[in-house]
Amino acid sequence: MWMVTINGLTEQISQMKAITSSTGGNVMTDVYQVLTPQGELSVKGIEEKIDPATMVKMYENMVFVRAFDRKSVILQRQGRMGTYAPFEGQEASQVGSAMALTAGDWLFPTYRDHAASITHGQSLMRVFLYWMGHMEGSISPEGKNIMPPCVPIATQMVHAVGTAWASKVKGEKKVSLAYFGDGATSEGDFHEALNFAGVYKAPAIFFCQNNGFAISVPFELQSSSATIAQRALAYDIKGVRVDGNDIFAVWLTMKDAIERAHAGEGPTLIEAMTFRYGAHTTADDPKKYRDQEKLSQEWRNERDPITRLRIYLEKRNLWNQEKEEHLLKQTDVKIDQAVQEAEEYPKSKPEDMFKHVFAETPWMIQEQEQELKRFTDKGGDRA
Amino acid sequence: MSRKITMIQAITEAMDQKLADDPRVMLLGEDIGINGGVFRATEGLIEKYGKERVVDTPLAEAGIMGSAIGLGLNGMIPVAEVQFLAFIYPGFEQIVSHAARMRYRTRGQYHVPMVIRTPFGAGIRGPELHSESVETFFTHVPGLKVVVPSTPYDAKGLLISAIEDPDPVMFLEPTKLYRAFKEDVPEEMYRIPIGKANVLQEGYDLSIFAWGAMVRVALNAAKQIDREKGWKCEVIDLRSLYPLDRETIISSVKKTGRALVVQEAHKTLGVASEIISLINDEALMYLKSPIKRVTGFDVPVPQFSIEDDYMPTEARVKHGIEETIVY
Repeated sequence: MWMVTINGLTEQISQMKAITSSTGGNVMTDVYQVLTPQGELSVKGIEEKIDPATMVKMYENMVFVRAFDRKSVILQRQGRMGTYAPFEGQEASQVGSAMALTAGDWLFPTYRDHAASITHGQSLMRVFLYWMGHMEGSISPEGKNIMPPCVPIATQMVHAVGTAWASKVKGEKKVSLAYFGDGATSEGDFHEALNFAGVYKAPAIFFCQNNGFAISVPFELQSSSATIAQRALAYDIKGVRVDGNDIFAVWLTMKDAIERAHAGEGPTLIEAMTFRYGAHTTADDPKKYRDQEKLSQEWRNERDPITRLRIYLEKRNLWNQEKEEHLLKQTDVKIDQAVQEAEEYPKSKPEDMFKHVFAETPWMIQEQEQELKRFTDKGGDRA
Repeated sequence: MSRKITMIQAITEAMDQKLADDPRVMLLGEDIGINGGVFRATEGLIEKYGKERVVDTPLAEAGIMGSAIGLGLNGMIPVAEVQFLAFIYPGFEQIVSHAARMRYRTRGQYHVPMVIRTPFGAGIRGPELHSESVETFFTHVPGLKVVVPSTPYDAKGLLISAIEDPDPVMFLEPTKLYRAFKEDVPEEMYRIPIGKANVLQEGYDLSIFAWGAMVRVALNAAKQIDREKGWKCEVIDLRSLYPLDRETIISSVKKTGRALVVQEAHKTLGVASEIISLINDEALMYLKSPIKRVTGFDVPVPQFSIEDDYMPTEARVKHGIEETIVY
């Protein structure tokens, strides 16, 4: 079978080197990392930049979203949820970036970024509703601007330009954060978003989780660019390459990008190097296109985002087994409760599909709703 | 020789045989190589024909459509796969503004012999934007042929015709039918002409027109009505939405005097509207009752927990038949 045997991404990651800051170094090749996979700080002064409470929160959030992700895969297998896109392995990228935001910032997640949405304040129950095919699964919580998960590829990047542009026009200190994957960088909208954001100096942050595969297509076949970050050069915007499994590096890079956005210095393109441990979605079989067992084990054992932070926190006496057990227990309770809430939430009804197409429903839709109602009232079977 | 295969197997076989038959044929799309396509339509073909002819492209529909146009202009026969119909839009401009009118603009000097294959339609509990039926966007564009198979047999014969057609063909594959049933399909190559409908069941009380996943719904409803009321419906699978088989449509309506169109797509400006106009033009005076449509609604296909309520069902079609016959 024709199979990709060399994974360039893995090679690039193993050549990762510590550079002193996300704003230094060469964006073409250097990958910014501060917390090594062994849980060591490779850069001085990090303790002054990230306080212990934030570090602990980072850990708790990552453990929480991973448990959510695993639960979702199980629920799908049990037929209690629809097709689901797992993110396990990418927790540091999503949690670290979303934790750098403040409440009014805009979040544009894709279908794989619920860890970011949850971290930014989306309720677990609503995320479950979304994947259960409920009509009310993508409503943003009060006071937050969390957009519905983007299903087409790269299209949301341009929306983030618009919201960021509006923030600038209105003089609000808010950023717009758009998530996307390595595959998205091939779409025209990626180019248009970066170009517009550069022209209007929009306070937008384009956060690419480069997990090496767009479903089955490895980055080597996606592009002949050595890196995604280097594309920033063409638009004369800031580009940074970061270890996406190092939550400190992700968070610090985001803080830099936000500061620059607030200072009117425009957009940042962040390329976070990471890996999805599982399938593209529950309908996908990664064994078809990569050495799934080997790659997944390698990343879990050698570069896991949660393991390295736990080692570090334990060394600093910020974490221990007792806390771990307490967290796991709490997490289970919260997740089970959210599943229960979602499953007990009133089911979507046929008439819900006719609502919210317009502010004011035109006659065609009104009549069609009545037609369906008359039909079901007459005893016609509900499909 | 024939054997029972599914629609997806019939589609794979058509491409396999055309790849073997004609060195100009090449496949391109996202995840169609090593992965064999997200629905496995190209399973095994990269191993057989190599990555130069079965091409895993970057994730870029405008790129796929535009380069397919160029390949077609310069002597190749590209068969492009789009993962789901609702993901085609970045490539829409290329299809509408270029593929569809290259022959016209060059007064026949150049043409674009490309096929665009894409799964479409609801009923598989897909996530958002995986269930749309927007065939009408393409039937509206001069220069495109639009084909929709409803059986494994038709899928193979129509796809071979589409690949051999000198003009761009949108080949819309009803996702719900990919593995819904098997039927006898000849092993050898054969062609079903584009633009010809198929009369699946003859009748004299009512003509029912459908395509894609709605064909089986219409047929089952017609059979139930026959058992329950003894009404004989003529069921016609259009197979091609552009060009329409005017002769079959009109001669059926002249015979039965009644018509019903079953359409999964949104109601407004669907292909059903065009069929009704055609009947108005050519057979109005033969009608005993107004023509009825059973369609999806003018709303985005809802999330999957209520997608079945969006779909025309056998029950809704039966209801439509009754309303048309008892007028």
